Amino acid sequence: MTQRIGILLLIVVAALVRSAVGGVLPEDRVDVLLHSFDGGGITIQGPSLLVRKQFAQKFSVSANYYIDKVQSASIDVITTASPYTEERKQWSVGLDYLHDRWMLNIGVIDSEEPDYSSKTFSFGVSQDLFGDLTTVSLGYSLGNNEVRRRGDPTFKEPMQTQSYRLGISQILTKNLLMGFSFETISDEGFLNNPYRQIRYVDPSSPQGYSYEREVYPRTRTSDAASLRLRYYLPWRAAIYGEYRTYSDTWQIKASTYEIGYTHPHKGWLFDGMLRFYDQPHGASFYSDLFPYSNSQNFMARHKELSIFQSQDIRLQASYDIIKGGWKFLDKGTLNIVYDHMLFDYQNFRDLRITGMTPGTEPLYNFDADVLQVFVSFWF
Amino acid sequence: MWTNLRSRSLRVFGRSLLMAIALGAVGACHMEPWVKPYERDRLADPVMSFDRDPISSVYTDHVHEVREGSRGATGSAGGGCGCN
Repeated sequence: MTQRIGILLLIVVAALVRSAVGGVLPEDRVDVLLHSFDGGGITIQGPSLLVRKQFAQKFSVSANYYIDKVQSASIDVITTASPYTEERKQWSVGLDYLHDRWMLNIGVIDSEEPDYSSKTFSFGVSQDLFGDLTTVSLGYSLGNNEVRRRGDPTFKEPMQTQSYRLGISQILTKNLLMGFSFETISDEGFLNNPYRQIRYVDPSSPQGYSYEREVYPRTRTSDAASLRLRYYLPWRAAIYGEYRTYSDTWQIKASTYEIGYTHPHKGWLFDGMLRFYDQPHGASFYSDLFPYSNSQNFMARHKELSIFQSQDIRLQASYDIIKGGWKFLDKGTLNIVYDHMLFDYQNFRDLRITGMTPGTEPLYNFDADVLQVFVSFWF
Repeated sequence: MWTNLRSRSLRVFGRSLLMAIALGAVGACHMEPWVKPYERDRLADPVMSFDRDPISSVYTDHVHEVREGSRGATGSAGGGCGCN
């Protein structure tokens, strides 16, 4: 009998040890962030609060509240409409459950703005494999959205988004980590902006062109894959890089390149990053100037669907404000992240310049400053 | 058309699922890791984290997504729009 209990205890201990070296729940932490975007005639500011806490040793719950306060006088707005202000509020909750080397997670995101509502449900599972050298994750999201139009209470259009994700993170060597992601997203419903307009040649108009509403297809499916590497340098620092490729059924193709360097120094952690985005193929139904009214079934003049490139340079500094812990806090950091972005459009013209033959206006470009200031506490 | 697109997405996801199951089956077999747990101290250093500050990376992904034609494979699950 004693021998049987001993064997049983050994099995239980072995199982517990196996669990202990399996997956790890995210750390308990709280983050408070203030963000600001200023560029292209648009200012967006607001706070974000994220709290994460473990309980019962196997669960971790998280909650996020986020606000965007938008003041928009973008080139689309000042050429075809009037500047406006609006607010978007988003909250989300998530739950992670850890069992041995398996991690399950579910989450809900709710976003509200005056002319757009969105509710997204997500589910994911991940498992550590090969002596915890590899983590494979699968995820699915379903978003139900409603598009409305200010000043038109009768306008309500549904839009549904489904996302399928595969992720692999891999320890390659003692100094090298790799991450791979693949995601397919399918949309169905009203996919265009209810305000944006295209322009077409109109000799009867004094400026030589007139406007009419965009018309988009009601479906879109996209595939994106990314590969990330992070390498530990001999002097306790890291370099990292990422490549992402993208294509969709609207014929948009894009590539993203990113390279960065992380360097700690005493209580500081510095980060510098360069990001280059290249979209050499725009949507097949995009044009800066259509030849006449209703010239195609689908028509867009949304600059994000055009041919363009953007660059982003980032500087980040984090300072350890609680060294060695304080009361119930294990650690705290103060962080500043600054991004400077440049956007250069290849077939989207600046219509603020008037008095020119339609289609010969200068190409549009703008730069933007993005600032994040946040504090993080681990407990 | 929508049926074709959805079935294509499901085929891609199905392949991903099969790959994950295959990896899981292989991973269930005993395998000696080529980087031992005691050799992973550098990989556990905060400078090696792919997502050191999730609150910041979700915001940054959103800033990029609403200004670019592409989307997805960024590692974060988004919601809402903020792009009208």
